[in-house]
Amino acid sequence: MGAYIPNTEKERWDMLKAAGFSDFSELYADVPEGIRLKGSLALPPGQAELPVRRSMEKLAGENQVFAHIFRGAGSYRHYIPAIVDEIATREKFVTAYTPYQAEISQGILQSIFEYQTMICQLTGMEVSNASVYDGATAAAEAAAMCIGKKRHTVLVSGAADPGVRRVIKTYCFGNGSRYLEIPEKDGVTDRGKLSELLSDETACVYVQQPSYYGCLEDMDSLCEMAHGAGAKLIAGCNPISLAVLKTPGEYGADIAVGEGQPLGIPMAFGGPYLGFMAATKEMFRKLPGRIVGQTVDRDGKRGFVLTLQAREQHIRREKAGSNICSNEALCAMRAAVYLAAMGARGLEEAAKQCAAKAHYLQKALKGAGLFREHSGEFFHEFVTASDTPAEAILKALERKGILGGLPLDGKRILWCATEMNTIEEIDETAAIAKEVTGV
Amino acid sequence: MKYPQELFYSKSHEWVKLKGDCAWIGITDFAQDALGDLVYVNLPEVGDEVTAGETFADVESVKAVSDIYSPVTGTVAEVNEALLDAPEAINQSPYEAWLIKVEGITDREELLSADAYQEMAEAEQK
Amino acid sequence: MKLIFERGAEGRGCSILPPCDVPEVEFSRKRETKLCLPSLSETEINRHYSELEKQVYGVNSGFYPLGSCTMKYNPKVNEAAAALPGFSGLHPLQPEHTVQGALELLNRSEKALCEITGMDRMTFQPAAGAHGEFTGLLLIKAYHQKRGEGEKRTKILVPDSAHGTNPASAAMAGFKVVNIPSGPDGCVDLEKLQEAAGEDTAGLMLTNPNTVGLFDKNILEITGIVHGAGGLCYYDGANLNAVMGIVRPGDMGFDVIHLNLHKTFSTPHGGGGPGSGPVGCKEFLAAFLPGKAAERREDGTYEFETPAESIGAVRSFWGNFLVVAKAYAYILSLGAEGIPEAAESAVLNANYLKKKLEDIYPMAYPGTCMHEFVMDLSKIKEKTGVTALDIAKGLLDGGIHPPTMYFPLIVHEALMFEPTETESRETLDEAAELLRKLYRTACENPKELHEAPIHTPVRRLDEVQAARKPVLRYSYDL
Repeated sequence: MGAYIPNTEKERWDMLKAAGFSDFSELYADVPEGIRLKGSLALPPGQAELPVRRSMEKLAGENQVFAHIFRGAGSYRHYIPAIVDEIATREKFVTAYTPYQAEISQGILQSIFEYQTMICQLTGMEVSNASVYDGATAAAEAAAMCIGKKRHTVLVSGAADPGVRRVIKTYCFGNGSRYLEIPEKDGVTDRGKLSELLSDETACVYVQQPSYYGCLEDMDSLCEMAHGAGAKLIAGCNPISLAVLKTPGEYGADIAVGEGQPLGIPMAFGGPYLGFMAATKEMFRKLPGRIVGQTVDRDGKRGFVLTLQAREQHIRREKAGSNICSNEALCAMRAAVYLAAMGARGLEEAAKQCAAKAHYLQKALKGAGLFREHSGEFFHEFVTASDTPAEAILKALERKGILGGLPLDGKRILWCATEMNTIEEIDETAAIAKEVTGV
Repeated sequence: MKYPQELFYSKSHEWVKLKGDCAWIGITDFAQDALGDLVYVNLPEVGDEVTAGETFADVESVKAVSDIYSPVTGTVAEVNEALLDAPEAINQSPYEAWLIKVEGITDREELLSADAYQEMAEAEQK
Repeated sequence: MKLIFERGAEGRGCSILPPCDVPEVEFSRKRETKLCLPSLSETEINRHYSELEKQVYGVNSGFYPLGSCTMKYNPKVNEAAAALPGFSGLHPLQPEHTVQGALELLNRSEKALCEITGMDRMTFQPAAGAHGEFTGLLLIKAYHQKRGEGEKRTKILVPDSAHGTNPASAAMAGFKVVNIPSGPDGCVDLEKLQEAAGEDTAGLMLTNPNTVGLFDKNILEITGIVHGAGGLCYYDGANLNAVMGIVRPGDMGFDVIHLNLHKTFSTPHGGGGPGSGPVGCKEFLAAFLPGKAAERREDGTYEFETPAESIGAVRSFWGNFLVVAKAYAYILSLGAEGIPEAAESAVLNANYLKKKLEDIYPMAYPGTCMHEFVMDLSKIKEKTGVTALDIAKGLLDGGIHPPTMYFPLIVHEALMFEPTETESRETLDEAAELLRKLYRTACENPKELHEAPIHTPVRRLDEVQAARKPVLRYSYDL
């Protein structure tokens, strides 16, 4: 019991004999005696389903699930339509392997093809891959796509998510390229500093839209600057915002990447998430990972296959641009179902409500003495500063079951609002903050 | 299998058409046949240096990628960009589908005549 | 089958969000191009995906002996546990005192997996096996750099039978790859390894059991040679299912490993992901681990700590947390005795199936195999013209997912079977019967197999056209 083995003890002995052995130890005859595990593993004995479930419920019960959340910073609480969970938990979608055998995997392949199409629609780019691990690794993989013999410096905006910056930097440590940060100024990339840093060694410039601080970058001019120096521009985008904001395709980015978690994927303490990547026609052959393409079968019927595989590790081995094989296919399916359920109008509505509520929250907090730190336009996140310690405000909110913004330091808080936040909870949040600040 | 007399051949199955200090390089009929349907070719850029015996391009089939070696040392003067959209030309007419034109040749590896190459290729097949 | 974009009609949709209860705002840099997404009612969306689902083969659609992928049963209680709101509803940046259960889960999972592998510490940041390889190699790189040997030790030794990810990961981590030829027995050629190992060796990457399904009995000599040259040994955990609870990578001499929770620890593959590829290491490498570790304080509470000389981060936040939760539920279910039992049964199932086939299908390496075995169909191809691909496609018509094809590269016409421990004797008997039938067809009517499959939703697809003239998305403007 416990190990999900159907065959009984007796059946196993019969099989063992049929396979030509007289004892189970013979199966491991090649394992040198000296290194075999003596005794049993220092683990508790196996348990039946009910106690396992109780143990897991106990652990889950030791976490606090906030009903009211004003925290983003790379992971966002959005409404997930019921149909997303329903479809993404269907057993065959959950348990299939990577669709190597196309003839019996058309469902997975077509769903990825549809996902690729939707990502191209969102970003305005030409070609999308089938996904990578998350937004941060998507950014790091995109930087690797741009590195060449002559150009091996990666410029990363200091206004980008520090978690994403750390991952790009770690990947650069791996491949030996140079990682440089462009200082942040007023919540966005310092363009003066960027122009000083650009050189004929710059492979790419990574900028996040909206920035980590929620501010809107002038992507047109950043693109122009990068291209003027012969470098590529990688745009890290919030996918919900793309329903209303100018797209990477429109401002001329070479690669668009981002964290797909807002598209119907639960926050889940950080994962699994979804890295989306899309590129121009000029760059698409450098995209890492799986890509699904349309073709026909022997009878001329439309079908889908994993294609352009000669880019990948199982064929190109050490010359491959990336080592990725497993990706986040089921999360990509979630995103596709989410986008289908929301539709263009629904997604636009979600984006508008995020922005509207964030702006309402910002005004309400201003009334509580928490003033916005930056001056430019923002989407659904913003930073406040105040003389009242951030911890005091956040603690007070937590006591009322509200997860406030993310403390950036003792005084500054990064807030986020989405369509999930109601006017009542925003007003309450501001009122609690006001009590603490005493304004 | 065709082995045009006017061309020279490398042991790694490239053909070379020499003219003055210029050379056009492609892959042989034997090579394209062994590689199967080609789906893409990665070419160098004009101005890149190529070195005799070193790889300068690769060709992709659905399930494999194969390096192409330069039989000469020199500078890439032209690349056959038409192959980027129609790699099947290499399968259809390998001796017209040149990959690159090299100029300023300073060195070249030992090349085979059509007959010698044919003999080598046929032996390899067995 | 219609694409989702070919269904529905302009104006259709679902009603998801209420009207906005606060004033709208405007932006100066607006999207100009029209966003085209499906216009469908909920009924139509649901039916579309039901249609797609019919054209998918899951672990429970039938036998799934995909070599190297460990397609074992994905227990339902794991799914139920991971779906608990107390896990799925957590923001990754909540205060630590509000996520004590999640931290405890990470801490306990780390301890259990370290016990199973013989490692001292582990990170859950890597999201897949290949991601784990990259991470592990960065630890090796950081180690040599710290010792002032970073410039010198630039080479990673990789057997020619390795998964393609091994050399690709090594290249991503900035190493040069040295291929080590396998001996005639499919194992590492010790002499060749000895020749290759030296002052420029950063490390060796190895799977054991290896990719031909054999346990390399010279494992201590192998890790000894690499350590003797000053390199470190990396264990690719893809094949751990054969030996978990029997022998530990840490005791074989490995310094750093990755696991595939989506193989060995029963979490589902999701049609290509999400997986989870935790990286474990010995104490002397622990300071370099990426991300944060969930540590237990003396008072029994938990906190995150960043390792002292961390290489940074390889992913945002803490990795694929829900996948770790599923694997933890699995470990609880199996426990100390269930883990080796699963391994032993996996090896038994492989040997049983191998025995039932070896009289007609030539095995690449005769003798006892571990959890998988490799057939070499080159003689059958010579005799009948039927290839490994043809047999695989014939299996499709018989309702079985084919084994891994054409891997490892050192075996021509390879078919690699990994039955796993969760298959019953009857399933193995039926699979053997079908394979024997296909062999007879290959001898008597090879043309039939060249034509296979014929009973699948689509037949063999034109991969050449797909790659030559790539169509990678639907075009609304057509």
